Amino acid sequence: MKKIATGNKAVAEAVFQAKPAVVAAYPITPQTEIVESIADYVTGGQLACRYIPVESEHSAMAACIGASITGVRTFTATSSHGLLYMHEMTNWAAGARLPIVMANVNRALGPGWNIWAEHTDALQERDTGWLQVYVATVQEAYDAVLMAFRIAEHNDVLLPVMVNLDGFSLSHIMQPLDTVETGDFIPPIRLPHAIDPNNPAGYGTLTGPADYYKFRWDIERSMRDAVNVIRETQEEFAKRFGRKYGFTDEYRCEDADVVVVALGTLGREAEVAIDILRKEGIRAGSMRLRWFRPFPELDLAGREVVVIDRDYSFGFGGIVANAIMAKNRVPVSSVIAGIGGQEVTYDDIAGFVRQRRIGEESWFGVNGHV
Amino acid sequence: MFEIRIHSRGGQGGVTAARLLAMAALHDGKYATACPFYSAERRGAPVVSFVRIDDHPIKVYSQIRDPDLVVVLDASVMDVVDVLAGLKKGGSVLVNSAHPREFKGFPSRFVDLTGIALRENLVVAGSPILNTPVLGALAKMGIISAESAKKAIREMFTDERNVKAAESAYREVSA
Repeated sequence: MKKIATGNKAVAEAVFQAKPAVVAAYPITPQTEIVESIADYVTGGQLACRYIPVESEHSAMAACIGASITGVRTFTATSSHGLLYMHEMTNWAAGARLPIVMANVNRALGPGWNIWAEHTDALQERDTGWLQVYVATVQEAYDAVLMAFRIAEHNDVLLPVMVNLDGFSLSHIMQPLDTVETGDFIPPIRLPHAIDPNNPAGYGTLTGPADYYKFRWDIERSMRDAVNVIRETQEEFAKRFGRKYGFTDEYRCEDADVVVVALGTLGREAEVAIDILRKEGIRAGSMRLRWFRPFPELDLAGREVVVIDRDYSFGFGGIVANAIMAKNRVPVSSVIAGIGGQEVTYDDIAGFVRQRRIGEESWFGVNGHV
Repeated sequence: MFEIRIHSRGGQGGVTAARLLAMAALHDGKYATACPFYSAERRGAPVVSFVRIDDHPIKVYSQIRDPDLVVVLDASVMDVVDVLAGLKKGGSVLVNSAHPREFKGFPSRFVDLTGIALRENLVVAGSPILNTPVLGALAKMGIISAESAKKAIREMFTDERNVKAAESAYREVSA
């Protein structure tokens, strides 16, 4: 059914259809509409789910962990400082191999207090063992949440998945949303290590140097196996519902000499810049990075690359730019733009490409730079 | 792409007007996005929201800087905000007013949305509802079809007075 919805509402609708047994959450701008909507489904009797209104995000993730280990589907949503407050527990969720799904509405970190879009919150979680996908439309937010449950709960994965959407520029924007009948797209959850009172076992016990690394390797093994599960899930989604997704969303890349890489809505707005540049005779393309963990293979060999980072690692550089340089061994023109909701238009993005300085970093809006 | 900027005050329903307009455009078979500009706004403060309508999927997320149409739901914001900022050459203005107003030569239409809302007794918490009648005026201007305007209003509100108010605005908006 086609309607107009915000990114937040699209996430809530997908969660509603995935029928989690437990949702534990604490509200935070700009994600609040997600958990408010889910709370409405529960109190309205439409969703048979235990909604736990906890006193903090640390407790939200702890409650999800406790619920998930019993073998039921769990969901939470957060943003920015809420995500950081969860950090101890996000590591635990992945280490305990719990397929929790979380929507994170990307927002800058204070101070200065800022509620607008930035990816540093989620990228600070990149080493926790969570899978991470970044979306750019209301439709994609909905579709990605549905797929997230299937991927997380797949026996070859059993790791939590974080679905990231840009604060305000996607969480609050209203776009067309086509909801689907999910049918059996998300199979019933079966957690092989779920707590069973008839078969008592120890959880989270002391694990010595002789064994610990094996569990860590097992996370990495599943992260690698997740590549196939993601591909297969996205193919099955396309077959059933007609919408195709990849590890990247590529636009006019086939013959491109220069490729723009970005996460989220900036990566979509970049497509408008590509059309402008093509008219000027610049063979440009856009490669919007959707999955950040597991980090995909990118077809960048022999091309010039302009990476827009809406994030930063102080004393090091743009996080996406450095990931691409490390993984693909290509020099990039690194542009830091859109931080804390900084306005970046398609004209600006076209400018980043025209004035690209391969091997250098520039901060948009800072004197002496782009 | 047709870009619209709606000026109102916090609490007057400017965001809902944007949503209704996007819903109506979707019913017309077009693509639409609506977004409020969020800042530290509060009830009564001047706010803006944006609507884009196109025949193709809309890939632009940045703010509208040069709109084709400016809608002013509360004329008093014009004392503090330059509602014509960036308005495209050939762009126009729709203003909630009982009388014609001058907009530096830009073509403008006026309609007394407040009067229509009061006549229909469309008042919530002491404030006349402006966001459903304005759809009637926008339909008359050809931005959306009258059928889609009514369909969008009925999807969101059960009170049929909203549709009646939109019909009044459709009839009463100046040429």
